[in-house]
Amino acid sequence: MNIFERIEKIDRRIIFLLVAIAVLLPLIFKVRMEIPISEPVKKAFVSVDTLSSGTYILISVDYDPASMPELQPMYKTLLMQCFEKGLKPVMIVQWPLGLPLSIKAMSEMAVEYNRIASKEGKDTVVYGVDYCNIGYRPGGVAQIVGIGKEIRDYFESDYKGTPLDSLPMMKDIHNYDNFALLFCLEAGSMGEMYVQYANARFGIKIIFGMTAVSAPDAYPYLQSGQIIGLLGGLQGAAEYETLMKKPGFATMGMTAQSWVHVLIVLFILLGNIGYFIGRKKRRS
Amino acid sequence: MRREIPLAITFITSLIIIVSFFIPHAPFGTMQEISLKWYAIIAGFTMLLGVDSLIHMHSQKIKRKKSGWVYSVVLIVGFAVFVVAGTISGFRYGTAMDINSSFMYLYNYVIIPLQSTMFALLSFFIASAAYRAFRARNLDATLLLITAVIVMIGRVPIGNQIWHNFPAIAEWIMAIPQMAAKRGILIGISLGYIAVSLRIMLGIERSYLS
Repeated sequence: MNIFERIEKIDRRIIFLLVAIAVLLPLIFKVRMEIPISEPVKKAFVSVDTLSSGTYILISVDYDPASMPELQPMYKTLLMQCFEKGLKPVMIVQWPLGLPLSIKAMSEMAVEYNRIASKEGKDTVVYGVDYCNIGYRPGGVAQIVGIGKEIRDYFESDYKGTPLDSLPMMKDIHNYDNFALLFCLEAGSMGEMYVQYANARFGIKIIFGMTAVSAPDAYPYLQSGQIIGLLGGLQGAAEYETLMKKPGFATMGMTAQSWVHVLIVLFILLGNIGYFIGRKKRRS
Repeated sequence: MRREIPLAITFITSLIIIVSFFIPHAPFGTMQEISLKWYAIIAGFTMLLGVDSLIHMHSQKIKRKKSGWVYSVVLIVGFAVFVVAGTISGFRYGTAMDINSSFMYLYNYVIIPLQSTMFALLSFFIASAAYRAFRARNLDATLLLITAVIVMIGRVPIGNQIWHNFPAIAEWIMAIPQMAAKRGILIGISLGYIAVSLRIMLGIERSYLS
């Protein structure tokens, strides 16, 4: 087998090994790269950043651990932004496996913010007063339409079973009209349901945070103004972290992703070189 | 009558939901609210139905010692462990979702690593598949290849390091030609959705009756 035949048929184990190295090295050595900011992410960030203190924002956590690496950094950065701006995030979950993730990140970010706030002499955030999580209920689209009238028709209590009326922050909150914004963290198609029902019928402004695979599906909604911002994949999360000036997991992960993308492009080029030279030889 | 009654229920219910979109006031608005609540309740029961079906299917597999029955044992044991952990956590903390509960411990150290790993494996297979499949065999394949390379490099920070216009070009591809194609597909799907829905409402499509 000559060299061109070899490069057309590289053993997949070599490819796997090189991908593993390309992912591991930047993470081990914590290599960071400058993250360019795209317009859809900037719009999303500014939409949240310009809200006044005390404004309510609904965050729909609709992903599971498979999409956690891409969406959890977005969620955590968003929560930190909400706490710093004095916004009141209310979490809702449409994926059952997303509920523990939403609780985990919410608790971690509240602890981290309170640690920073205590050092700087600022007010700390308290569950039920500054943020809450109303949990998961089955119903999907029916629920999305139903809470346009009254949240308590579907969510009488939060994820712990505490009645919503017992939570100080939820006393006057009844439907989408009480929220300035709906931030959907999506790994599936619930985002489209929110656009079709929550935005179309009730007029709530929506921002999407989606996996890189799903993000292209949201561009028609972005162009038509049905959503006002879009974070796509780990890159979107890294851009949001950069705008918040708090580089974290997503920023580090983008270096690994960069190297893997370059590796894949190199393999594609090698494969095509081998293919064309091999084809020329076969024809002659 | 076995077919006519479900068809009539489908038609009347769908008519109420459609009319209530245009006339949200009583009685249609009230009927819609009640229908939506019923939907949510039924959705909850379908989860129970799904669990029952899963357990039944895997129990049969174990009983008959079909190929892969050992994995069915693993599934049922895993299911039982989570049910027990969730129940104990519910009694101890008031909710299974308390940060300190055994249920959350299992979720954090079993579910998260397992699901994340399954998805992470895709990156290796995508790299291998891209290497094997992305061949510029004809004009269409060449255009796809060039676009894919531009977007793959432009959407990561290294694209900006290579050439500062790479991210802008990648974003243009996503925002204009890709968006246009996606919108066409979305409209087509939506029209198909409307057609199928009308067929179901009018009783022309009856496959859901089995």
